[in-house]
Amino acid sequence: MTTKAVRILVAKPGLDGHDRGAKTVVHALRDAGFEVIYTGLHKTPDEIVRIALEEDVDAVGLSVMTGAHVPLSVETRRKMREAGIGDKLLLVGGVIPERDVPALAAAGVDGVFPVASPYETIVAFIKEKLHV
Amino acid sequence: MSEKVRKPVPPRVLESGIEVKVCYGPDDVSGIDKEREIGRPGEFPFTRGIHPAMYRSRPFTMRQYAGFGAPHETNRRFKYLIEHGQNALNVAFDLPTQNGLDSDDPRAAYEVGRVGMAIDTLADMETAFDGIDLSKISVSLTINPVASIMIGMYKVVAEKQGVPNDRIAGTAQNDILKEYVGRGTWIYAMEPSLRLITDTIEFCAKELPRYFPVSVCGYHIRESGATPVQEMAYAFCIAKEYAQRAMARGLKPDSFLGRMSFNLDIYGNFFEQIAKFRAGRRLWARICRDDLGAKEPESMMLRGIFGGGGGGLTIEEPENNIVRTAYHALVSALSGTQTMALCCYDEAYTIPSERSSLISLRTMQILQEEVGVCDTVDPLGGSYYVEALTSEIEKRIVDEMARVDKMGGIVRCIENGTIQKIVSRQAYEEERKIRSGELPKVGVNRYRTEDKTAREVQLHEMDPKARDEQIARLAAVKTRRDAGEVRRCLTKLRDKAANTQENLMPHLMDSIRAYCTVGEMSNVFREVFGEFKEPIDF
Repeated sequence: MTTKAVRILVAKPGLDGHDRGAKTVVHALRDAGFEVIYTGLHKTPDEIVRIALEEDVDAVGLSVMTGAHVPLSVETRRKMREAGIGDKLLLVGGVIPERDVPALAAAGVDGVFPVASPYETIVAFIKEKLHV
Repeated sequence: MSEKVRKPVPPRVLESGIEVKVCYGPDDVSGIDKEREIGRPGEFPFTRGIHPAMYRSRPFTMRQYAGFGAPHETNRRFKYLIEHGQNALNVAFDLPTQNGLDSDDPRAAYEVGRVGMAIDTLADMETAFDGIDLSKISVSLTINPVASIMIGMYKVVAEKQGVPNDRIAGTAQNDILKEYVGRGTWIYAMEPSLRLITDTIEFCAKELPRYFPVSVCGYHIRESGATPVQEMAYAFCIAKEYAQRAMARGLKPDSFLGRMSFNLDIYGNFFEQIAKFRAGRRLWARICRDDLGAKEPESMMLRGIFGGGGGGLTIEEPENNIVRTAYHALVSALSGTQTMALCCYDEAYTIPSERSSLISLRTMQILQEEVGVCDTVDPLGGSYYVEALTSEIEKRIVDEMARVDKMGGIVRCIENGTIQKIVSRQAYEEERKIRSGELPKVGVNRYRTEDKTAREVQLHEMDPKARDEQIARLAAVKTRRDAGEVRRCLTKLRDKAANTQENLMPHLMDSIRAYCTVGEMSNVFREVFGEFKEPIDF
């Protein structure tokens, strides 16, 4: 059996331009051995899903600092399902208050990683979910 | 008595790579020419401050960043801050406005009024400043790619209040080059974006003598991962770029340089920041005189807002951030700032509450009025350590600027992503050091508690009706305005943008007076100028 490297898309949905968190996570995931694609700023959920398809990724991570994480996650998950990649992991990081975690879970988000989440936690979570 | 065997002390290295000695003395400052390098406050090279008596005659202004929701809500918060003694405003716009989108644009769907106030037309700007006398207060507009539109709107609102041009005081952030590095509200391609900035500098030099059209931000570059030395070096490269473009239009350096200000960051090592500001003032004065040809001392002064410091705050035990920002404020005052603003302790969670905004304001007021820090100019001047560090940091800023020049200049280094790559790699290294404990953070990697109640803050509640109401207001303006005049203005704006190199400000002003929307004007530029292509190789 050939082992395909795990591919992860780190995405910045919406209009927020704060990308320090997203970029440091890209570095951390690469150091953990994943192949990581970064979308750049100002992407719509449609654009993110299109890139996820083109890049054939195993997981999509959204980074949101504006407070718009719930509707952006809902829409991204819905578009992923419509595109036939509803089974891929969806992770969300950024300024995420504890009280929004249930709403994100209900939207089909697999993992929530607020600011200052340890990289090891994120990496271990992805490995466990993807059985690598 | 025999001397004890000395244990070697572990080294202390600042972010800028400077190793700190255990003790400093006369030898460390013997190479510094006291007259030429340190001098007197209010005199070239302004190391000790830009005014002879500093805070004794010109106390720093306090300018908390504020704005959210609808223009009338922001208007209430402005009045609240003014009632509590704040003497200048710093406007936060929502992301659709900052990105040149109207509130009814599908791309704005989740963001209207969220991180700042929504402005679609002049009518919103009128509401935001209703009952606030713009001849008495200076207003800072934190906006970049559409800054030319907002400067125009602000001028029209002031005009309608009857404020004469020479009384309109304020600042626009309007620093697009740093947006490409950090903060990320950019729209148009680089060259036309620089044209718009040059237009505002030229317009203000001729029409608004008290207005600062550009506030060059090392702040966001540092927040993105730059060291203090890089923060200053990149900011100066950017400021020089804007200045040279303005001069290429025929403006004399003394007609605008005194109206360029800086927005710089405070977090990290206490003395490194203070030395950074003192070194920065000295170096900027020399750049203005020697490289840019300024003749008037007024044109050589580094004026700034020093503060913020979000990068140093933590999500863990948020109330510790109140203490951290008090130290940031102390650095700012000891560094001779003109204006101060502090991040609020709850910003890692939410839009600051009224209470947390007030704590930040009180922090600055206590510093200014209670503890005597403002009694005398540059109280650390002459300290062996601070003077030695100031000189060393100045040298390193010069070296970093030379490195940028060698790599093709700041425009090229940002367009191809070189600067972004450098700072994002450093940001990652810093995060790793925090996580490993190498960089101490109390409550994070020292004395950490997993007590969840230590993380509770009052969350800002977003009004779910806010977007619909803003869209309704926009629709109402659209029905009231003269559609023919709107079309005429936008057609002319497009023609001037596409087919001439004329200054676009007068045409924007006509469009603003006709109640064209931010989105309509921005879309003209989007189509004519094209959008920026973000380099994402890092």
